[in-house]
Amino acid sequence: MFTQLPLVILLLPLLAFVLLIFLGNKLPRQGDWLATAIMAAAFGMSLLLMITKLTAHSGEVFSHSVTWAVVGTQAISFGIMIDNLAAIMLVVVTLVSLLVHLFSMGYMKDDVRYSRYFAKLGLFSFSMLGIVITNNILLMYVFWELVGISSYLLIGHWYEKKSASNAANKAFIVNRVGDFGMFIGIMILFLAFSSFAFESIFASIEAGQLPFGSEGWLTAAGVLIFCGAVGKSAQFPLHVWLPDAMEGPTPVSALIHAATMVAAGVYLVARVFPMLTADALLIIAYIGAITALIAATIAITQFDIKKVLAYSTISQLGYMIMALGVGAYTAGFMHLVTHAAFKAGLFLGAGSVIFAMHASLHKLHDHDTDAQDIRNMGGLKSRMPVTYWTFLIFTLAISGVPLTSGFLSKDEILAGTLAFSTLNGHWLLPLIGFIVAGLTAFYMFRLFILTFHGKPADEKVNTGISESPRVMTIPLIVLAALSLFFFYSFNPFGASGGWFFAAIERPLSVVPELLQPASYPVFYEAVSSVHLVAMILSVLIAGAGILMAVAVYHWKKISADNLAQMAGFLFKGSVNKWYCDDIYNTLFLNGSHAVMRGLRWFDETVVDGIVNGAATVTTFFSRISGWVDNHVVDGLVNGTAATADKAGGLLSRIQTGKVQTYLLYVIFSFLLLFVFFM
Amino acid sequence: MEFQLFGIGILTWIVFIPIAGMLVVLLLPDKNRTAIRITAVTATGLQLVFAGIIFALFDRTKGGINEAESFQFVEKFSWITVEAVPWVGRIEINYFMGIDGLSVLMILLTSLIGFIGVISSWNIEKMVKGYFALYLLLVTGMMGVFVALDFFLFFIFWEVMLLPMYFLIGLWGGPRREYAAIKFFIYTFVGGILMLLTMLALYFSVAYTDTATGQSVHTFNILHMMNPANYVEGGLLSGVDTTWRYVAWMALFINFAIKIPLFPFHTWLPDAHVEAPTPISVILAGVLLKLGTYGLLRINFPIFPDATAYFIYFMAALGMISIIYGAFCAMAQDDFKKLIAYSSISHMGIVVIGIAALNTQGMVGGVLQMFNHGIITAVLFLAVGVLYDRTKKRGLYDFGGIANQMPLYTGLAMIGMFAALGLPGLNGFVSELFSFLGAFEAYKWITIISVTGIIITAGYILWTIQRVYLGSTPENLTSLKDLTPREILMFVPLIILIILLGVYPAPAIELMNSSLSHLVEFVNNGGQ
Repeated sequence: MFTQLPLVILLLPLLAFVLLIFLGNKLPRQGDWLATAIMAAAFGMSLLLMITKLTAHSGEVFSHSVTWAVVGTQAISFGIMIDNLAAIMLVVVTLVSLLVHLFSMGYMKDDVRYSRYFAKLGLFSFSMLGIVITNNILLMYVFWELVGISSYLLIGHWYEKKSASNAANKAFIVNRVGDFGMFIGIMILFLAFSSFAFESIFASIEAGQLPFGSEGWLTAAGVLIFCGAVGKSAQFPLHVWLPDAMEGPTPVSALIHAATMVAAGVYLVARVFPMLTADALLIIAYIGAITALIAATIAITQFDIKKVLAYSTISQLGYMIMALGVGAYTAGFMHLVTHAAFKAGLFLGAGSVIFAMHASLHKLHDHDTDAQDIRNMGGLKSRMPVTYWTFLIFTLAISGVPLTSGFLSKDEILAGTLAFSTLNGHWLLPLIGFIVAGLTAFYMFRLFILTFHGKPADEKVNTGISESPRVMTIPLIVLAALSLFFFYSFNPFGASGGWFFAAIERPLSVVPELLQPASYPVFYEAVSSVHLVAMILSVLIAGAGILMAVAVYHWKKISADNLAQMAGFLFKGSVNKWYCDDIYNTLFLNGSHAVMRGLRWFDETVVDGIVNGAATVTTFFSRISGWVDNHVVDGLVNGTAATADKAGGLLSRIQTGKVQTYLLYVIFSFLLLFVFFM
Repeated sequence: MEFQLFGIGILTWIVFIPIAGMLVVLLLPDKNRTAIRITAVTATGLQLVFAGIIFALFDRTKGGINEAESFQFVEKFSWITVEAVPWVGRIEINYFMGIDGLSVLMILLTSLIGFIGVISSWNIEKMVKGYFALYLLLVTGMMGVFVALDFFLFFIFWEVMLLPMYFLIGLWGGPRREYAAIKFFIYTFVGGILMLLTMLALYFSVAYTDTATGQSVHTFNILHMMNPANYVEGGLLSGVDTTWRYVAWMALFINFAIKIPLFPFHTWLPDAHVEAPTPISVILAGVLLKLGTYGLLRINFPIFPDATAYFIYFMAALGMISIIYGAFCAMAQDDFKKLIAYSSISHMGIVVIGIAALNTQGMVGGVLQMFNHGIITAVLFLAVGVLYDRTKKRGLYDFGGIANQMPLYTGLAMIGMFAALGLPGLNGFVSELFSFLGAFEAYKWITIISVTGIIITAGYILWTIQRVYLGSTPENLTSLKDLTPREILMFVPLIILIILLGVYPAPAIELMNSSLSHLVEFVNNGGQ
């Protein structure tokens, strides 16, 4: 069951992809129901698999490999592995994918490439599931890149728009930068341990082997592998692609750029967690913290509904990465799962709003007003009740308000960072954690209030707004339900007693003892002692953030403009996304353009110049010798014309004009030369 | 392994069938174009059948390289023997052919690309008879190089390729065809002379004792040249690590580096590609470039293991430069064909650092990359050809929105593009992976710098896709027809191979594993 079933789950979406690519337009309704039904089957099987795994085989790991290729005497095998982590992740991916399939039937209804769109969703789901169930870092890299290419195809789905194809390119290339590091890391591991399988890599490290015999290389390998996660999970400094990726259709943003693919980086770190040294983990924790802070500060000032959500995604991913870095392994992964539900919900909710705005603007023949700008919205509450209420639940969840799933996981993360700082004094991490919690609550309620409350920006647009069709609202309701606490733990104020914490345990470190992070019992004790403080603080801070947002945007007691003025350069930096894009454009884009133009010039002028120059010089000398021949030699020869004539006649017989004969002469002359000089 | 048809060995068949086709073409009247084309497609088709037989019968366990007895499908006859030449003794040139794991993939590649090239040549209307006659001669030359085990024979086939290629570019090419053809000719000819000199030096340095007569006989037999025991006392290239051996290695290396082409010997390639007609570009990039790296592996490495070890860093460094330099230059182009030409330089650099690793992974990766690049680059040049046939344009900024006009074509071309950027699941990734893995073991920093090439490659490939296939269609290109059945036929086998070998490369790796492991061991032991 644990070898065949995951394989079936993996291949089902691929089947959907192949069917839709080849038969797409011949299928009824262009195959949307077929793709959705296949995804539903995959979800059903995943659910079955997870329940069986967690109830009957909780402590076991099922792993199965086959040989892929033999090079020299070295066999390279690929395989699948089902542990609790993979089983839960399978359900998350297939469920969100299924809901997004459903939602897309409404959202993408009149798309020109409707069938192609569902095919791409299938390709993505296949690749993502591959990442989840593999037992092998190379195979993970393979699916990793396939996820990248499906993301590329989906971001560029409306490729007639230049901004869409630009965003697709940017996403792929920025990810490639991270993957470059990951690839080097994989090469180090393979060179050191002659295997790509997690299990045998860990076993070798545990047995005391180090890459190139050095502890530094072990840390380096871990950090390099993490580079892959930096790209895919949009961590600083490679976070710049994710906001642009919002050019893709909104359901795609929900599936790929919020719930699943971007979480793959977190999943990767969780997978390689045992081989990460304390130094590597500290770097990871700080990268996560910086990302969380930077993204949250940007989200505050954005007006595009999807951009706000994109930055909030980056920020939440930073949380997860930071959690793994400080050793709050279960909390980090749990945040991945809860975030998948409420962030997919937020994006689908945003999609529902954009869909309605589009429809209304379309009726008014208004093609200039931006349907995604929250300044053009307002007062949508009564027009779209389902969207409104579900959006409220998602917003509460991401803000970390008690009784939601987000509270449970975020609270554990904050407790983890606080515990980490009590153990070794890195107090910056919890500080950032709490600040970001406040910022999150603030910008999410800012978004919520501006979109749904207050006076409509344009009455005419507002009257044309209506609730989305049922294929779109049902996924919202499902996700809203999944954003409540009881799915994850029956205790609304602590996840650690629930099934999730029982199922996912932090794996033991395999690195040499001196390099290990604080062991789990030590860490757990520290968490227990700070948990209550962390919880109270996080609730207070979230409450303050919400209150602030309400005061500014609902009651209008405080002017947002005055606030902005007070913040001064901070406000400017935030609006301009801390200039990351500008710096990268100048440095890397213009830089590589300069290099390529320089090299082209070098190639055409210098390298080819030498070649052509050699030809010119040769021609020049042949002209001189020709002139000498004509004027000097010929002058001498003229006197003995008759002799020359005869000689010429003889010689011309050698010059047959046939290359073969020349070749023969050349060979024989060389033979003679050799004979004489040896 | 033996296989004969009418008493003639399969290698003779596979090499000379195109020549037979050429003779038939020459006898046919010029007006009967269909018959000429059918003759060409039959000849290369038969070649493909023979390649299939070789693939089926090839013994995957045998080593080859320096052991005459473990070569397969061997044919060896005395060809030119001159007794008692003064000072020299007996001159002996053999018709000696055989294949091992190093050459077998190249034979499959040559037959496949040769066949697809004919299909792609179907719409050539200018001097059809001459075109196909030269084309078939070219195919024989290429195939001959891959099976020859006698240096003289190798050299003959090598030079046989030169002339048809010269005329195919010079007569059927674009506006600057004469410049390009001459440049190609001179470059290759200079290399050829260097090889000739080295060949003769080797000839006089190597002699084996004929067991029948007890005579000491000079020979062009490549395998004899690999055995240190066969070097005569006081020969120019006798000994180990002598200056003359380094010089000889370098002379051969330059010849092969021109073909690969490695920086800084590469500037003939972009010109040749831009001017050559599509099928000739396909042959050029698909097969001809591989002759360079093949020559290094067949001749430089096993005959001069000492010099190979001496120059190996230098070689790896040139490979690295080619990867990065080629990729940046590719990005800077605005002619579609030139872009692919430079991308070939970059991708052949991966072959070079793979084989320069001198370990099995790198070697397997490098040779597999030769095969894979042949397939991928063929797809890319065919893709340009399809557009050029329809629009007579090749500029990257001339197009846009082709995806909407020609969806099938765009899908197939994009698979080729993705394979070129090393997307896992497609064949390019597998060979790049093994090349880099092997190289990383030998040269950490050179490899790390080389791997940055994958980022630049992604950059120029995606930028190309964006400019040509995505976006909105310019007004003058709104009525393009999608692929014809003939065009589909030339793409499909290549695309299938791209996917098949990307998912499961074992059938290709099995073919060469034993030979390349043996080669690595042989070279690392200094030819013992």
